[in-house]
Parts: sequence; structure tokens; C-alpha cells
Amino acid sequence: MRDFVRRFGRNKGAVVGAVVLLLVVALALLAPFLFPNDPWEILGPPFRRPGEMGFLLGTDTLGRDVAAGIAHGARVTLLLSLVSTAVALSIGVVLGAVAGYHGGWVDDVVMRFTEFFQTIPNFILLVVLVAIFTPSIASIVVAIGIVSWPPLARIVRGEFLTLRSREFVQAAEVLGQGSPRIIFGEILPNALSPVIVSASLMVATAVLLESALSFLGLGDPNLMSWGYMIGASRTVIRQAWWISFFPGVAIALTVLALNLVGEGLNDALNPRLARKGRA
Amino acid sequence: MGGRLGFIGQRLVKAVFVILGIIVLNFLLIRLAPGDPALVLAGEAGAADPKFVDDLRREFGLDQPVWRQLMIYMGGILSGDLGFSYRQKAPILDLILQRLPQTILLTGTALAFAIVVGVSLGAMAARRVGSWADSIITTLALLVYAMPQFWLGLMLVLLFGVQLGWLPTFGMNTINSGFTGIDHALDVARHLVLPSLTLGLFFMAVYARLTRASMLEVADLDFVRTGRAKGLAEGRVQRRYILRNALLPVVTYAGLQAGYLVGGSILIETVFAWPGIGRLAFEAVLVRDYNLLLGIFIIASVLVIAFNLLTDILYTVVDPRIELGT
Repeated sequence: MRDFVRRFGRNKGAVVGAVVLLLVVALALLAPFLFPNDPWEILGPPFRRPGEMGFLLGTDTLGRDVAAGIAHGARVTLLLSLVSTAVALSIGVVLGAVAGYHGGWVDDVVMRFTEFFQTIPNFILLVVLVAIFTPSIASIVVAIGIVSWPPLARIVRGEFLTLRSREFVQAAEVLGQGSPRIIFGEILPNALSPVIVSASLMVATAVLLESALSFLGLGDPNLMSWGYMIGASRTVIRQAWWISFFPGVAIALTVLALNLVGEGLNDALNPRLARKGRA
Repeated sequence: MGGRLGFIGQRLVKAVFVILGIIVLNFLLIRLAPGDPALVLAGEAGAADPKFVDDLRREFGLDQPVWRQLMIYMGGILSGDLGFSYRQKAPILDLILQRLPQTILLTGTALAFAIVVGVSLGAMAARRVGSWADSIITTLALLVYAMPQFWLGLMLVLLFGVQLGWLPTFGMNTINSGFTGIDHALDVARHLVLPSLTLGLFFMAVYARLTRASMLEVADLDFVRTGRAKGLAEGRVQRRYILRNALLPVVTYAGLQAGYLVGGSILIETVFAWPGIGRLAFEAVLVRDYNLLLGIFIIASVLVIAFNLLTDILYTVVDPRIELGT
């Protein structure tokens, strides 16, 4: 553990990323205390510039507080991204593990299936899924999960292919353990490092996907989110740049922080793979 | 040569299966969607017209067993019939084909920009690891990589369209300008700058990172050392030995990214009112015209698969190892 912290700490970008990420999480957690009003509530006249009348980031086209929207939006974006990553993780890990452990025709079938999902344009599939199943927390989370799992399945499969011939797996087989127990109890714990690294990067992608969906008007209509704020104000960008500017900064900072943390995790968890040249 | 043809043939067969898979997926989506499939297909506007819904029921054989419906659906699509858009009052294939050239122009320009600039920047950074140029390029790539494309587009509109007034930010040509010939082409090119830049920047960042990492990896390999030991000029080693081999993952990636590129065009075409299939998809979402949306999904997928095939063929040209084998 100490080694992990030391190696993570050596990557300055990762430390900055972790701090930014903690701030975003804090903002999300504290949103109800910082901005006790509903983010949809009209609190002042519309189109107030940042700083005017006590609105730190101004008001939107209807007079809602942009800062409150960003704070409450942080909750929505982070939560949806985390849950959809969990969905993608469960699909990707299970399929990758089964393919890598069993090999042979099972591997063939699962990998063709994975390739199929990697070939089709995933953002269009995402839009189709959410539109047809009507936008809601559940449909958004499941749809993002469905389009995001393939790279993870490949990584897990690769790990399983190398680990399955190791002695500890053979020992477990000789002892008569069943495949589910070997897969999840023996091999998976040894394959966790790359899974953790790609999961952190997947949360970043999920933030971008969720924002893009709500930008297009495919977010859950009851939830204030960063993408929705940009989408709803893009037609008035000439008059009021701040309404779409600040939510975008929030998205970019969060994604950047997650990517930096992911790279730091990679350095810390896979020291052998951490090459001098990685950008 | 036979090896190469066999390889391409194999890829072709695979492509056909993927297309069939997409049709089945579409069929499943229609069946699994909440409510009556005919109402789903009809969309919000069409559902109000009972005759249209009845026609759809008959057309898709919705009173028949599921496997029969799948056959009817598949047969229809394979014969080029993607159905009818009630909202737009036109056959879906026609609607898409009208918009497709604009999307190909946009995504093609964006991809060319991303590859040329991205690979150059990546190569530049790799040659001077640790220099200020490397730091700037790496940081820039990291920043662009984190920005939502649609937001970046809006910011570029603010900067170049509103503040500086240099470039048009809306549509594909100046309305009522009456431009013809070269003037028309220049007008379209001016309209193309911002959307293709926005769409391309993200992929530029991807290619810059990829080229840099890949070149640094190749630079450590033995054959590069051999090249230098033979006394080859550094520029030649960089280009012929390192860059050529480092480009392999870039080509593979370009194929994989095609899907993201077409997907990204939904957002970019929406921001810039670019009249392509991305914008059409957004319009379909707005009026819940799912039949049209599914048609776009199929055509976009076919486009991506065709592009993947192309990169596979290109791969056999670029990869020196495959060249040796034939």
C-alpha cells in the first residue's frame, strides 16, 4: 500500500488530478448545503452576468442559478457515470473472464461478439438505445454500459489467457474447484490492476457520453446535468456565453482529472508496464 | 499476393456477418422497445395516423410469428428498403442518401486533418522527448482529449464566429449567395473549417499521443539500432525505420475510430447545423422518428464497416512484415 501511494505520488499530474477529482466529489456531496434550492428553481432575473446580483456564475435564460446547476449537475453526472461504468464492468469482466478461461470455441464466440460491438458506431447505438427506451436514469446507465464494455472484455480476456496456465490455477483445478470459483476467486483477484486502471478511464468516457446525451436532449428530464445546461443554452450563446461555458469547464476538468488519475493508477499498479514514453 | 487476397476475402465475409448482425440487432430493438412495434416505428407523428400504423403492421407482418417478421425485415433492408419516414414524408433511404455526401465530406476532412496534424505533432514530440515542444504537445493533447466535442465546437463558434468574425458558424453555404463553380467550393470550404476542426481536434489528440508512444517504443528496438550502426542518416532512420513501423497502430486505430467519428458527427452537425446524417439523426430524435433513426444507424454502420475494410487493405500495404510474407 505504501509502495502504491509512493508510486502514485511520483506522478505529479495524477496528484493534481486526484485533488481536482476530490473537489468535484466534494461539490457533488455538498450541493444540497451550498445551494439548498432546487436547481430548476427561478431565483432571479434571466441573463445576469457572472457576479451580478450575487450570482457567482450568472443566471440562465429563465433566471436559474448557473452555479447551483453545476453543483447539482455534478451529483447527476458523477453518479450516472459511476453506475454505468459498473454496468460495463460487470458485462466486460464476465465475458472477458469466460472467454479467456475457457478458450476454444467459447473464446471465439465471445470475441466475435465483442468485435461486433466494437465495430458498430457506438455513439449512434447509444442514441438509438436511449431514444427508443425513452430517456431515464435506468435507460441511460444501461445504454452507456452496453456501448462501453468491449475494450474491458479484451483486457480481462488477455489477463486470463496468461494466468490460466499458472500453477495456482492448476492447483485449484486439481483440488476440484468449480470454474466460477476459479474464475472469480482465484484468477480475477490477480487480474484486478488493469481492470481498475481501465475502469477509471471508463468513468471519464462515461462522463463525456452522459453529457453528450443530455446535450442532445436525451438526458433524464427530471435531472439537472452539465450536458443539459449546455444544450439548453446553446442557441443563446451569442448573448450569454457563461451559461454554456461553465458547465463545459466542469466536464473538461472532471474528465481531465479522471484521465490523470487513471494514468497515475497505471504507473502505481503496473510498474513494469509504466514506460518512459507514455504521453 | 494470394495471401493478401485471402486476407481481404476473409475480412469481406466478416463484414457481411456484421451487417447481418446489425439488422438483427435493429429488429430486436424494435421488438424490445416498450409498446407496440408498429407505434414505435411510426414515431410520435405517425402514430396519430391509424392508416399509416396499419400499413406498417402489414408491411412488417406483425401478425405473423417472430422469425417470419425477422425474415421480412431482413429481406426489406437487404433489398434497400429502409421504410418510410412519416414525419419527413419521404423514403428513409432517400433522406439518408441526400445527406450522406455532406457527412462524408465533414468526417473525411476531419480524419485527414487529425491524422496529418496528429501524426506530425506526435512525431515531433517523440523526437524531442522532454523538451518544451514535447510538453506543450502532450499537455495540449491531454486537454483536447478531455473536452466534450460539442462544447469545444460552441467555444470555437464564440471565438472565430462571434468575437473575431472570421468564419461562418452555421450551415454548409451562404444562403441566397448564388455562388457557383469555384466560388461555391470556396464558400463550402469556409463553412467546413470550424465543424471539421472541432470534430478532428479530438482525434488529432488521440493520434498525437498514439504516434508519440508508438515511436518511442519502436525507437528502442534492435533493427533501429542496426540502422544507426550502419551509419544511416538520422532523418532516414526516423522516417523509414521508426515512423513507418510506428504508424501500424495508428492505421489500426484509424479503423477503430471510424465509428466514433461518425458518432461524433451527430454532435458536431447539430452544433453547426451541418446538413448531414448526424443532423438528420438529431432531427429524428427530436420528433421521435425511430424508423429514420434506425435507418441512419444501419447506413452509418455500413459506412464504418466499409472504412474498416479499407484500413485493413491499407494495413497490408503499410505493414512491412506483411509485405515480406507475400
